[in-house]
Amino acid sequence: MVDPRLLKFDTLSVHAGQHPDSDFRARAVPIYQTTSYVFRDVEHAAGLFNLERQGHIYSRISNPTVAALEERLAALEGGVGAVATASGMSAMFLGIATLMGAGGHIVSSSSLYGGSNNLLATTLPRFGITTTFVHPRDTDGFRDAIRPETRLVFGETLGNPGLEIMDVEAIAEIAHEAGVPFMLDNTFATPYLFRPFEWGVDLIYHSITKFIGGHGVAIGGALVDGGTFDWESSGLFPTLTEPYSSYHGLKFTEEFGTQAFIIRARVEGLRDFGAPLAPQNAFYILQGTETLSIRMRKHIENTRQVVEFLDGRPEVSWISYPELPDHPDHRRALKLMPEGCGAIFAFGIKGGREAGKRFIERLGVFSHLANVGDARSLVIHPASTTHSTMDKEQLERAGVGEDLIRLSIGLEDPSDLIGDLASALAASRR
Amino acid sequence: MEFTVDGAAISATTGGRPLDPCKPLIMFLHGAALDRTSWQLQTRYFSHSGYSVMAVDLPGHGRSNEPPRSSIESYAEWVSGLVAAAGFEQAHLVGHSMGGLIALEAAARFSRSVSTLTMIGGATAIPVHPALLAAAEAGDHLAYELMASWGHGRRSHLGGHQTPGIWMMGATIRLWERSRPGVLAADLHACNDYSHGVEAADAVTCPSLLISGTLDVMTPYRAAEPLRHNLGDVREVMIEGAGHVMMTEHPDQVIDALAAFLQEVGSEVQP
Repeated sequence: MVDPRLLKFDTLSVHAGQHPDSDFRARAVPIYQTTSYVFRDVEHAAGLFNLERQGHIYSRISNPTVAALEERLAALEGGVGAVATASGMSAMFLGIATLMGAGGHIVSSSSLYGGSNNLLATTLPRFGITTTFVHPRDTDGFRDAIRPETRLVFGETLGNPGLEIMDVEAIAEIAHEAGVPFMLDNTFATPYLFRPFEWGVDLIYHSITKFIGGHGVAIGGALVDGGTFDWESSGLFPTLTEPYSSYHGLKFTEEFGTQAFIIRARVEGLRDFGAPLAPQNAFYILQGTETLSIRMRKHIENTRQVVEFLDGRPEVSWISYPELPDHPDHRRALKLMPEGCGAIFAFGIKGGREAGKRFIERLGVFSHLANVGDARSLVIHPASTTHSTMDKEQLERAGVGEDLIRLSIGLEDPSDLIGDLASALAASRR
Repeated sequence: MEFTVDGAAISATTGGRPLDPCKPLIMFLHGAALDRTSWQLQTRYFSHSGYSVMAVDLPGHGRSNEPPRSSIESYAEWVSGLVAAAGFEQAHLVGHSMGGLIALEAAARFSRSVSTLTMIGGATAIPVHPALLAAAEAGDHLAYELMASWGHGRRSHLGGHQTPGIWMMGATIRLWERSRPGVLAADLHACNDYSHGVEAADAVTCPSLLISGTLDVMTPYRAAEPLRHNLGDVREVMIEGAGHVMMTEHPDQVIDALAAFLQEVGSEVQP
């Protein structure tokens, strides 16, 4: 068989999106710390503004450092293009706002990051966009919840914090039967562990603050377009198929085909809503992409050792990690994520809220904070922090009990992590 | 927009402005198993620069529903009919790869319908690697991967697209994945079977332009040699670092080369 010699994941994670710059041949991606770009001439300026020519105009819409990161993320996910944003939340909003306006409806997994839940359940209804929540394991429930005004099916690769794994292929099929795209938050898995476009997903967004950056120094997000969804056949997305007055009647699908969504997300979404990623932050996150594979392998290796340790401890009432045979989605995890199920998991601590408080306060190597996917190991009690705005019913629906502790395992020596956890568990009993 | 040719609906984009019979027509012809959106970085420029523009979906491609044609000659006849169906006497034909062969054949046989000929990644013959043909016939995804790999210069395998955030390798593969079953194999056979490109080049009387890439391995420099010798009124622009899909890899250079050529031959009309 002839080898097509397409570049592989590890090579793309180091190089995609960048060539040495033409002026100084800089090998690393330079930080283009500039708001704007000098036009070649008046005609060139007009061409850029009317999308007759492509290039950078103003860093709210695009920036060379950010573009290198965007291409790299699109390459790693196997998409057609990406838009990087100021945060994961702005990427999520950008995806939704590019697809629908007031009157739109979303069918979403109920097991979500608290911030995503806030946006869908509380904030978007104020703008006329409503959401029906379905348990991530209730595949038929997604079909039942779809209405004529539904414009998006949405979920997380690994539910937060319960680590439920949806039947991605089946839910993609349900969405497509209804003529709507399926968007997945792939933050917890990263494209190293799971590539959603290969399983029928159409759109992906990330908080690149997490594993993709990996260092916990920069906030960022990214929206990636698989280029797979047929907007014209669906007929439900006039933002992409009908003339857009802001560009003199431009029809995005007619002219940009498979790139229609991601181009509209940039030229309307970043232009009008703002929230671009800053070039300095793009630079930081690019450093993270270069080591994504080796870091994820180490995260997984450490996580497996920590889970094994906790599994035998008397202070632990349960562990939710899809690699464990008793996890309800274990078989699906093996199918979708054979390399591993990430470095975030939850467990229940005996003694409830008070024991949890003693446990967290005793930890020394683990940091108690609201983040995941860092080089450092992290711990949080979601019911009192990330998911604190949920009422009892919402907490129940999201699978967040008062005994639930969420760990994000970092890159430290695993014996130090286990030692730290052992001391804290002992303290939790006092 | 939709056109009817021989009773069949044909789709084309006009670059954001309606066709105007008072402006010269540029007709863009895409390559194997691609569609009109291959020209997305050229159509808007020319439609806003004094030209009527049609980037067509060839039969069986994109949104054009009729079956694909089986030969370059048949596509050339279809192109000639489309120029008239669109309400024009002549068109500047711009073809990429297989589209270039179609444009060459149309310019040779239907000279009254063709005002100039531009071939991007052009040749008088495009023999297809047996492994690619076999993969296409089998409907194997390998065919798209080989096309993407050989179609882009090695530099483009790393990206660096002029449109911020677009990953061109993924975008091109996705376009091929969207083609209907059997279309790539049919197109590759049409290219493989086309055998009288030299005679066609001899017969072309209109001014012509070759746009070539230094890293093009699908139609390398030597493949265009008969065009350089046999086209009567020919000029060439070589794009440094470009592979075969240079309208995507180096869109501005393609625009600039085509705009300069059309200006030189006296067809520029002020918008």
